[in-house]
Parts: sequence; structure tokens; C-alpha cells
Amino acid sequence: MTLKSLTGRTALVTGAGRNIGRAIALRLAHDGADVAVHYNTSVAQAAEVVRTIEGAGGRAFAIAAELATLAGIERFAESLKGTLAERGASGLDILVNNAAVIAEGGDTIAAATESSFDRIVAINLKTAFFLTQLLSPLLKDGGRVVNLSSRPSEVAFPSGIVYAMTKAALNSLTKSTAKEFGPRGITVNAVGPGVIETDRTVPRMLVTQEARAAIAATTALKRIGLVDDVADTVAFLVSDDARWLTGAYIEVAGGAGI
Amino acid sequence: MAEKPLSGKIALVTGASRGIGQAIALRLARDGARLAVHGSKGAEETARAVEKAGGKAVSLAGELSTLTGVDALAAAFKRQLGQRAPDFLVNNAGIQASPNDTLERLGEADFDRLIAINVKAPFFLVQRFLADFPQGGRVVNLSSQLSQIAFPEQIVYSATKAAINSLTKSLAKELGPRGITVNAVGPGIIETDMTRDRLLGTEQMRAFVAGNTALKRIGKPDDIADIVAFLLSDDARWVTGAYIPGGGGARL
Repeated sequence: MTLKSLTGRTALVTGAGRNIGRAIALRLAHDGADVAVHYNTSVAQAAEVVRTIEGAGGRAFAIAAELATLAGIERFAESLKGTLAERGASGLDILVNNAAVIAEGGDTIAAATESSFDRIVAINLKTAFFLTQLLSPLLKDGGRVVNLSSRPSEVAFPSGIVYAMTKAALNSLTKSTAKEFGPRGITVNAVGPGVIETDRTVPRMLVTQEARAAIAATTALKRIGLVDDVADTVAFLVSDDARWLTGAYIEVAGGAGI
Repeated sequence: MAEKPLSGKIALVTGASRGIGQAIALRLARDGARLAVHGSKGAEETARAVEKAGGKAVSLAGELSTLTGVDALAAAFKRQLGQRAPDFLVNNAGIQASPNDTLERLGEADFDRLIAINVKAPFFLVQRFLADFPQGGRVVNLSSQLSQIAFPEQIVYSATKAAINSLTKSLAKELGPRGITVNAVGPGIIETDMTRDRLLGTEQMRAFVAGNTALKRIGKPDDIADIVAFLLSDDARWVTGAYIPGGGGARL
């Protein structure tokens, strides 16, 4: 029995109750990390993630927070510190900024309202910024930050215009924090999924066989991406193998649009 | 004992007699792959190091500056490995022509040689194996950080690496329907005998190079080999057509 690669490490995955965040939490726990499964409204789902991890012999705990305001982020950071200390951890090894929203109404230049704009910016960008700021003292030397970006950060995406802007801004944040944290041996990278089959994308983009075929056809590998496809790349970025890779945007889209 | 992730696979690494190529070969062997290690005069030392570590390797010689040499390498691979194409092809062999690689100084012979070894050889090596790459195969092309920036001190070397990035994308699209991924890795300055005297000769030069990276050290061949190992693994199945920088956050 070989020692698992992340044994003894602690990880926080925001938005880990469902979809890509859930898959990342499961994978990091599989690799041996003690995983903080953050959720906001997905109470039952987060509990299920923790049960699944524990059932497989791993370690995890659920931690709730509304991250749309700075006060919420501050409370969350304090609570996380306390829980990690209770679990015997001296700090945080891995931060995965995954939580994000897309506009409920329609995220176009014509339809966006101030409140929809502010909410997308708050959760997709401001949360990652302040969470990274507040957890920085807790992050151990040699640690890892992974920011979940998106392929629309690199291409025109008028049907999700503000979403795309926040993800492009997240790529910029990734580069600056990589430089800032580099002397501590902490790497910071962004991962940019294409269309991934989740409970968000299925009703919006993957309802019919025709729609599915059209999305699959835009990729080089001719299929639709799965949450595990993304989680497995994140697992590499938080591993020792990725120690020389920082400030990068890694597209995980099956060769979409190349 | 868990089965190694690359057990049963055959990898061909060009330019594997030293430096980054040698480190890639050793890492892939550790992951269980059977190695064909190429060098212009063979890569016996690398093959012995692989065998010594408990792996399997054969050394293949071939001068990649001519298509005849590329054909000979492809033929030697088929003959000695008993498989028509490798599961994993790592196009690593490359040359530099500094200090002559400037707009003012570079002559036609050096220009043609840079193109021949850095671009033409990977292109035709892939072409020779094209029909026979197995489903789920992998191609990794060694690019360079210089492919992304202005670097008049190595003007054509940089251009050849930008061409490799373009080849990577087109091949990724071409081979994607067969489940084959193609990616480029772009190292920054890595400590090898290609760079040691020229770029890392003094303590001041070493400090300058390290200072240019976010991680404040000089890259090592293993740093790159470990990224290549990921790209060849099943974990990387949804990454294709990508350029992955391997510069420790240089020039961010």
C-alpha cells in the first residue's frame, strides 16, 4: 500500500456540494486530503459529499457560508480556521476557488441589470479575491491555489457577458497572486473548463440530442466534458508534479474551438 | 503493489540522451512505460539508467536534420519495438543556434537546420506514425517559453517553437476524434548542459534567472518531466491542443 499523494494535506473547495466542485472534493479526498466541503444552499448535497468521502475511508467536513458579502467571507474564514485547528491541522495546503454563479435572467449586454452584474462579480471574483486574501496567512509554504475559470474567459461569449468578464478577471488575479505567493513556494493556477455536463448546463444547453451532438462536435475529442475530466486536472495542479507550473491558465475543454 | 499508470505502453522520446529528454524518459519508465529513447548518436546512457532503475528501454540513433533520418528512426522504432507506432510520442529533440540566432547574424544553413530539427522532424515523425497511433494515444511537443514572447537574441529558435504550438493545435483537432490528445509544454530556463555555461555560468546569472521566476529558483529537468507525465496520463484526457507553460511563473 503506497502512501496517498495528499495524505496529511488539508484542502478547501468552495461550492463543493454539486457538479465540478463536488468532483474536485471527491478526487482530492481520494488522493488523501482532508477536504472542507463548502456550500451555500446545497445542504443535503454537501452532506452527501462528506458521507461519500467518509464511506470510502477519506476525511471531509461540510462548512456553510454565504460568500456574496465580505462579512460572510470573513465569518467563513474564521470558522474554517477554527475547524481546521480542531482537526489538528496547522494550516491550509490547498485552496480551490470554485464557487460561481451564472445569471438567472440572461447575461447579455442588453439584459444585464445592476443587481445581476453586482451579484456575478461578487461571487465569481470578489469572493475569490477576499477569500485568497483572508486565507493567505493560513496557506502553508508549498501550498496550492486553483481558481476555476472558464473557456469564455478567453473567447467572446455574448450570452454570458458578465460571467465571461469575471472569469477573465480571475485569470488576471491568478497571474498576480502567482507572482505574490511564488516566493513562498505556493503555486496559483487557473483551470478553464469548456461545456461540462452538470445540473446547470444540462437544462440550458444539453437538453436535446441535437444540442448535445452540436456541443460534442465543437470539441476535438468529439464528446461532452464530464466533471471528473476537470477534477483530474485540478488533482494534477495541486500535486507535487505541478510544482513548476504557476500563473498559468490551463484549458480543460477537450480541444474546443482550437 | 498497484499497477503502474503507464504499464503496457510504449513511449518514444526524441533527444533523450541528456537534459529534459533524459528526465522525461526516466519519469515515464518509473510510471511503467517501456521506452524507446532516441539520440542523434543513440541514447545508450539513458537506456542503461532506465534499465538500472528496473525499467525497459532501447536506444535508437538517428540524425533528425533530414527526412531520411526521420524515416530511419520511424523504421527502427517499428523494427525494435514490434509495434507500428508508439502509444506516446514525445517530440523533445531540439537545437539552438545562439549566439548566431539573430536577425543580423543568422545564415541560411543555421536557419534551415533550426527549422529541420525543431519543426520539420516532429512534423514528419508524426506523419510517419499517423495511421498507426492507437486509440487513446498521446503526443507531447516540447515548445519553449520563448514561443510566447519577443526574444530577438534567439529569433528563429523562438519562431520554431511558435510553429510547434501551431502544429500542436492542428494535430489536436486532427487526432481528437481518435481519442488522441496533443499538447505542448513550454519550459523556461532549465538547468541543463545546453544552458549551464551560456545562461547560468555565474552566481549573478543564476540569481538573475531565478529572480525572473515567481518561485525564485532555477528550473530542473524533472520539473518538466513531471508535467509531461501528467499530459500522458489518463488524468489529462480532457486537455488537448493546449500550451502548458513550464517556467515557474517566469514573465507573468
